[in-house]
Formats: sequence, C-alpha cells, structure tokens
Amino acid sequence: MVLEQKLENGVEPILKVVDLHTSFSTDKGEVQAVNGLSFNLTPGKTLGIVGESGSGKSVTSYSIMRILEGNGKITGGHVYFNGEDITQYSEKQMAEFRGREISMIFQDPMTSLNPVYTVGNQICEAILLNTKANKEEAKKEAIEMLELVGINDAEKRFKQYPHELSGGMRQRVMIAMALVAKPKILIADEPTTALDVTIQAQILELMMELQKKLNMAIIIVTHDLGVIAQMADEVVVMYGGRICERGTADDIFYRPCHEYTKGLLRSIPNVDNMNEKLIPIEGTPINLLDLPKGCAFCARCTKTMKICMEEVPPELRMPADGHLASCWLNVKEGNYVLDEEVSD
Amino acid sequence: MSELTENMPKKNPLSLQIDPKRFEPASEDEKAQQDVMHASTSFFRDGMRKLMKNPLAVASIITIVVIILMILIVPKVVPYGYDEIIRVNGSRDKTVTNLAPFQYSEKEQAAIAAGETIFPHIMGTDSLGRDYFVRVVEGAKVSLSVGLFASILVLIIGVIYGSISGYKGGRVDLIMMRIVDIIYSLPDVLIIILLSVVLNQTLDPNNPIVKALGTNMVAIFVVFGLLYWVSMARLVRGEILQIKNNEYILAAQAMGGKSGHIIRTHIIPNCISVIIITTALQIPSAIFTESFLSFMGMGVQAPMPSLGSLANSARQGLQSYPWQLIFPAVLIVLIVLAFNLLGDGLRDAFDPKLRR
Amino acid sequence: MARYIIKRVLLALLSIFIICLITFFTMNAIPGGPFSGEKALSPAVKAALEARYNLDKPLWTQFWLYMRNMLRGNFGISLKTGREISTTLFTCFKVSAKLGGQALIVAIIIGVVLGCIAALYRNKLPDRIIVFLTTLFTAMPSFVFATFLLLVFCIQLKWFPVWDASEKSLLLPVISLAAYPTAYITRLTKTAMLDSLGQDYIRTAKAKGVRQTGVIFKHALRNALIPVITYIGPELAYILTGSLVVENIFTIGGLGQQFVQSINNRDYPMIMATTIFLAVIMVFCNLLSDIAYSIVDPRIKLEA
Repeated sequence: MVLEQKLENGVEPILKVVDLHTSFSTDKGEVQAVNGLSFNLTPGKTLGIVGESGSGKSVTSYSIMRILEGNGKITGGHVYFNGEDITQYSEKQMAEFRGREISMIFQDPMTSLNPVYTVGNQICEAILLNTKANKEEAKKEAIEMLELVGINDAEKRFKQYPHELSGGMRQRVMIAMALVAKPKILIADEPTTALDVTIQAQILELMMELQKKLNMAIIIVTHDLGVIAQMADEVVVMYGGRICERGTADDIFYRPCHEYTKGLLRSIPNVDNMNEKLIPIEGTPINLLDLPKGCAFCARCTKTMKICMEEVPPELRMPADGHLASCWLNVKEGNYVLDEEVSD
Repeated sequence: MSELTENMPKKNPLSLQIDPKRFEPASEDEKAQQDVMHASTSFFRDGMRKLMKNPLAVASIITIVVIILMILIVPKVVPYGYDEIIRVNGSRDKTVTNLAPFQYSEKEQAAIAAGETIFPHIMGTDSLGRDYFVRVVEGAKVSLSVGLFASILVLIIGVIYGSISGYKGGRVDLIMMRIVDIIYSLPDVLIIILLSVVLNQTLDPNNPIVKALGTNMVAIFVVFGLLYWVSMARLVRGEILQIKNNEYILAAQAMGGKSGHIIRTHIIPNCISVIIITTALQIPSAIFTESFLSFMGMGVQAPMPSLGSLANSARQGLQSYPWQLIFPAVLIVLIVLAFNLLGDGLRDAFDPKLRR
Repeated sequence: MARYIIKRVLLALLSIFIICLITFFTMNAIPGGPFSGEKALSPAVKAALEARYNLDKPLWTQFWLYMRNMLRGNFGISLKTGREISTTLFTCFKVSAKLGGQALIVAIIIGVVLGCIAALYRNKLPDRIIVFLTTLFTAMPSFVFATFLLLVFCIQLKWFPVWDASEKSLLLPVISLAAYPTAYITRLTKTAMLDSLGQDYIRTAKAKGVRQTGVIFKHALRNALIPVITYIGPELAYILTGSLVVENIFTIGGLGQQFVQSINNRDYPMIMATTIFLAVIMVFCNLLSDIAYSIVDPRIKLEA
C-alpha cells in the first residue's frame, strides 16, 4: 500500500497543497522560503511538518492562511480546500474563510494575544466574526469554550487581560479562540515551543482530545520530533523550503530514506541510541537568499555526490513502504519504484 | 490519485541518461562552495557603510561641513565685522541701513563710480547699517557653538550620572532615578526664563565669563547642566544595566577589576553608540532652545547675534524687509534639519533598536 | 493601578512643590525688595509696607505664607498694574487655554491620521510626502513658522489682518502652535503603528478572520495610541512654551504674552505667579497623560 492509500483510505483529502512557492522580498534580495511544496491532508488526521529554523515550515502554514508579512508573497502553486483554490480568493473571501474553515494557533502565547483587550473580548470577537451568535450568546459561548479547553473559573478568566494568565493558560485561550467556529482544520505553529515541558504535554493532549471531539484535521508545525511522534499520522520533513521526505510517522521514524531525516534522527536521543553519543548535523542552516542549484542539504550532507550539487532530486516512492523521499542516493542505489509499478 | 501523478516529477528519473560519474562523492571543497556564508564585518565598518549609503545622512554631513566652513572662512574674506557699522571712506552713511541683498548705499555707489571696489552686501544690511551676511554667519556660529557646548555638557553629566546609577544599582540607583524623575517633570523653558531673569540681576557683570557670554547665555548653560542631561542619564543607565548582566563583566569583577576600570574598559565602549546618537540629537534640541530664547529677547547679549535674535529683530521690519527674517530662519531650519537627519542616520546605522 | 496613580500624584505634588521652592527662592535672590525701585521711600513707610506684605519675616516664613495664600488662589498684587494677579492670570488663561486646547486637538487628530496613512502606505508616495513634511516641521521652531505664516498670509496675501487682538482669527496661531506637535505625533504614530502591525497578535487577529479594517483600527491602532497618549504631556508643555512666542507674534493677550510682558516690566510677583501657574499646568497635564496611559495599557497595573 502506498502512502496516500494508507492515509486517505478512500476519503478525499480536505486540503491539497500543490507546488507551493513563497518568497519574501528584502533589501538583500528575494528570500525563497518555500520552493515547490506539495502535500495532502486527510480529514480528521494530523499532519506534522518538521524541520529546523529557516526550513520554511512556518512560512508554509502562513501561506496556507495567506497571512504572510507585508513583503511575503505566494509566487506559485495552489492550495485547494475541499476542491476550491483558496489562493484565488479575494482578501474579503479570505477573511471570512479564516477562523471559520481553517484556524491557527501560534508559537508564543505571550505575544499572540492582544495585550489591551480582555481574553473574553478577544474570544467574543472571533465568535461574532465567524458564527451567527449575538453578543450575549457570544459571551455564553466564549465561557463554554474556555471550559472546553480546560480553564477553571472561566467566568473570571473571561474578564482578565492576557498578561494576567500563565503561558499554558494563554495557549488554551488561543485554542479556544481558534475553535469557536468548529473549523475543519487547525494549524498549530510550534504550539508548545514556548511552554514548560509539563505544560507542553497537557496542551498536546488537549489538542488531540479536541480533534476527536470536533473531528478536525490538524497541521502541526514543529522542530520537535517528540511532538511529531506523539501527534502526527503523516509527517513532512522540510529543509531549505523543500520537502525531503514525507510518509507516515512510522515510515519516517523507522525507515528514513533521506540523509537529512537520518541526520535528524541521529541527533536526538531515543531508545535505540540511548547509550551512544548523539551525532549532530554539522554546519549551519542554509542561506535562503541564494539556494544551491541542487539539493538544499548538499553542503551539510556526509554523502554528497556531484549530482547533488547540480540538480534538485526528484521525489521518489520507496519500495519498502511506499512513502516519498527526495534524495539522489536512492537513485544511485536504485531504491525506488515507479507509480505505474505500484499495485495494491 | 490523479493529483498525485501531477505532484510527481515530470521527468522520469529512469528515462534520464544519468552519467554514473555524477554519482561519485563530492570533495570537501566542492561542498564548501555550496555553503554560502556572508562575510562578517566589524560593527563600526558595517555602521559606517550603512551611514554612507543613507543619502539623507550624507547630505546632512555635507550641509554641516559647508556651514562650518562658512563660519571659518567668511569672517576672513568679508571685510566687515559683525558689530561694525559700515562706513564709506571713514564717514557714516545714512543710506546704508536696511539694504536689500547686493544693493549698495548712495555713498558706496559714489565710491564705486570713483573706481573703488566695495565688497557686496550679500544679504544686505540691517537697521543699524551692519552687513547682514556677516551677522548671519556669526549668528550661525553662536547658535552652533551653543548647541555643541550644551551637548557636551549634557554628555558629560548624563554619562557620569547614568553610569554611576546603572553600575551601582540597588538603593543608589533607586534614589538617583527618583531624582531624575523629578527633574524630568520640571518645565525646562520656564526655569531657563526664570533663571535668566534672576541671573540678570544677580550676576557680577564684570566676571569675565559673564562678560563674554552675557547673563542669558550663562543661564542657558546652567539650565542645560541642571536639567537636560536626564534623558541621557536614563539611556546610559538602561544600557549599563543590560551590559552589566553579561558574563564578561562578571569575569572582570572576578579578576579583581576596580569599578572605574570596568566602567571605562568594558561598559563605556559597549554603550558608546547610544551615547553618540543621543549627543547628535541633543545638538539640534539645544539650538532650538537657544534660538527660542533669543527670539524672546532672552538669549545672547547684543551686539552678539544669534540666529534667534536676528529673526527677532527682523520682526520690526517684517513688512518692508522680509529677507532679514528669511535668511536666519532658513539657516536655523537647515542646521536643525541637518543634525536631526544625521542623528537619525547614525541611529539607523549603529543602533536600530533605538528607533522609536 | 491605584498604586500607580497614587505614586504619580505624589510625584506630581513633589514636582509642584519643588518648582514653587525654586521659583520663590530664586526670585528672592534678586537684590532689592519690590519697593526699592520706586521713588525713595522714608524708612518708616518702607518698614510699614514691608510689615504689611510680611517682607520683614524670615524667608522660609514668607515662603509658607506665599504657599498658603496661593492655595487660596491669592497670588498677590502685580507691581505694574496694581491689580490682583489671580484675576489677570485667570483671564489670560482662558485665552491661552482656548488657543492651546485647539492646537492640542488639531495636533492629535491630524497627527494620528497622517501617522496611520504613512504606516499603511509605507514607502509609497503618501508616506514619502508625509515623511518629508514631518522632517521639515520637526526642524522648524514655532516662532519661525509663526513669523512665516504672518509674512505670507497677513503681509503678502493680506488674508488676515496683521495686528489684530480680537479672537476672530485664531487660525494662524493654532496652525503655528500645532505644526511641531503634529509632525511629532505623526512620526510617533507611524513607528508605533508599524511596530504594532508587526506584532504576533496582529497575525492572530488575521488568523481568526478579522477584516483588514478591523485589524488596523481595533487591533493595531489601539496599541499604537499608547505612545501617543504618553506624549500628550510633553506636547502640552511644548504648546505652552510655544505660546510664549506665538502669542507675542500674533499679539494674543494670553498667558504667554502676559508672561513676556511681566519679564520686560520686571514685575516679579507676576513672573513668579505665572511661572508657578504654568508649571502646575504642565505637571498636571503630565499627570493626566500618565493616568490615561494606565487606562489604555492594562499591563501597567502589574508594575507600580
């Protein structure tokens, strides 16, 4: 069975990202943050996007929501939501779409809430924007949402300002605010990075619990492979704005077929390498201002070949489990199958 | 699944005629070429490069240099003194007052007709018959010097006060900052006016400093020394509090460095950019205050001109001789503008986080 | 918040007290009493007069007496006119308050609007024009601008009468007083707006489906106004000092003109009273803007 069949199981994907390109114009030139990204998201499933800082994983999520900074632009590709290309939406359509169909929560709950409005005010705003509720209903709804995300004493918290809450509590508020309109997809951009480890687990559990209750799909963007292992059904590994490898969590963790993924897994402790020395990936993240002609990872890879520096590797299907990887080594070793050859 | 094939690379890798050579391992050098890093530049050079790329800052530097050159050269070239009433061949000329730019008085015209060369009055003359160009240039000199000296005063007091407060910390810092808070809330211009009123009556007019500057100027400097340093002190203190928590300060202390030594060798060099920028921005503000007071007749002592007092005396003849106002006014705006833009440029180049 | 406000009020009272102290003692450092300048008085009359005005008492006692009278609204009598200073101050203050108030409001409204425009059209033509104007006006002292206005509109174009004490045409004085604060507020609003628009909570607002206008006005502007509000205090101080020259240029009988006149007349009680009065107004306005700040920015409650 190939990756898509395992994940979709005959269900039409709710989100299809096709050959997405995003770049930022800066004083020093065009920064190509995302270069030809494609993936599908199945309803009710969790997709993890993993990569180091500057790999374009956050930009990917902002591109889907079309909330890039002023100098950022989607320069190519499509994002289909239920078959509709939302990159073609007008700004007004997009404003209605956000929060209603896809919601998002962010890395730093300290700064992601507006400091001058109460928590209640901000949740009510989301409710009034995205549902048909009137003000009183919105307040009732907001308090219910606060309770749903596990905030005690919701009535009191409703009237408080963000700075009066702890980090974990603020992230819960963010989640409550994102879910008021029962969106089909929740994008979580590093939702636990700024939180204490104990709080991290609580937030992840809350997200999974709400996912079941509301039957929504989640895209979780993180650099933390632990979070991915806990949450994700499908994993996309990104480097330099491109996908290195995508597959189910098991495929990626147990049968990595890209040198970068392998490097990543070697650099974190797990049950197998507990007694060994961890091996970091040498070098620094690439400079997105001038991407190499070939594979983005070639400068840091231990097995770089000449072709790696000249040509971008194609995305190939792995024979063992049908997941996808883009590494010339697989070509060299003949470790791939063509789609035509794949049968159930 | 149709979507999928679309996602797949268009070229089937098997159909490519792949040269096995290309699958040979790459050498370290080849890899290094791919690892593009930006060359590191020193803080100062990087800042200067940014400053020189800022056209407004460069224009400001040129303007300031031109004005300073004028101040240095004009008194040597133009044969009139700033307080000298123009005489033609030793005798007074009643028609020499309030001349328009490049106009000559009757006696001067007669002298020119007689074959003498008379230096033109580039900006005309004032109501007493003094060459206005020389007066405006002298006024610019006075205004600029006031700005510079006031800023140096502010610099010295502010840096010393701020560094002590920031370095000592704790109770000392608390008390020193309360004092700053109070001084900050005092209305500066009112106190300058008050002081100059009082000093006018109390200062010994034979004191050489008072004689040279005039009581109002002394009042201005006293007030600058008393009040204007507070924002500098606050900035320096804030900067030092931040620097103080760095490990290298701890290391210096652990090795037995004395406070003064640590402040001089470690802390001051690290907050120098803040100090320079604030000083650069202090100059126009001092010039502003001086010209304002001179305009109210509380600035420099006559016959010494400053741009503000020139503008003030031009008010009487505003209807007939508007240029007497325009020249000093434009020069004030130009000087203040140049220093403001230079200060902004320095800030953007050396300390972008200061931008407000 | 209560603690913060109490602290601010105490600081303001302390500042006022220090200003009174400085003013009183520096004015008393001027040699010769108020009666030495007039025609020679016999020692007996002089002593009687000094006793009448408590001038024979020690300086500190005089200070406390002055403070006590001041709190009752009694600033003494002008040497020049012989009238109650408090009456003159009050009449002049009404004129100045009208002028200053208008300038303040004009500066805030225009400044905030232009600042927003500049931020939203960053690096486009409207922004460049606004930046040019603000740079120019922040380099122009109010007296230069006021005299230019006078020159152009009263003398050259004759749209307004030149020396008119009537209050009909406050337009030019208001413009010349408001020019600098407007430019400053524009710059302040622009940087604050840009800063605010780059914050994470703006992204959150967009992500939850807030429209462009809502993002700008509800989320960005509210935060951007915080520095503007803190600037209102210093702005008022600027307008007050600016009115010293502007009132003179346009011959408006407000506090500013009164003050300059009293300085020229060496009317010491008047100078003292006006200084204290102006200073109290400035301190008071600073206090108000501090309190307003604590209302707009809820985070201030935690500090103190």
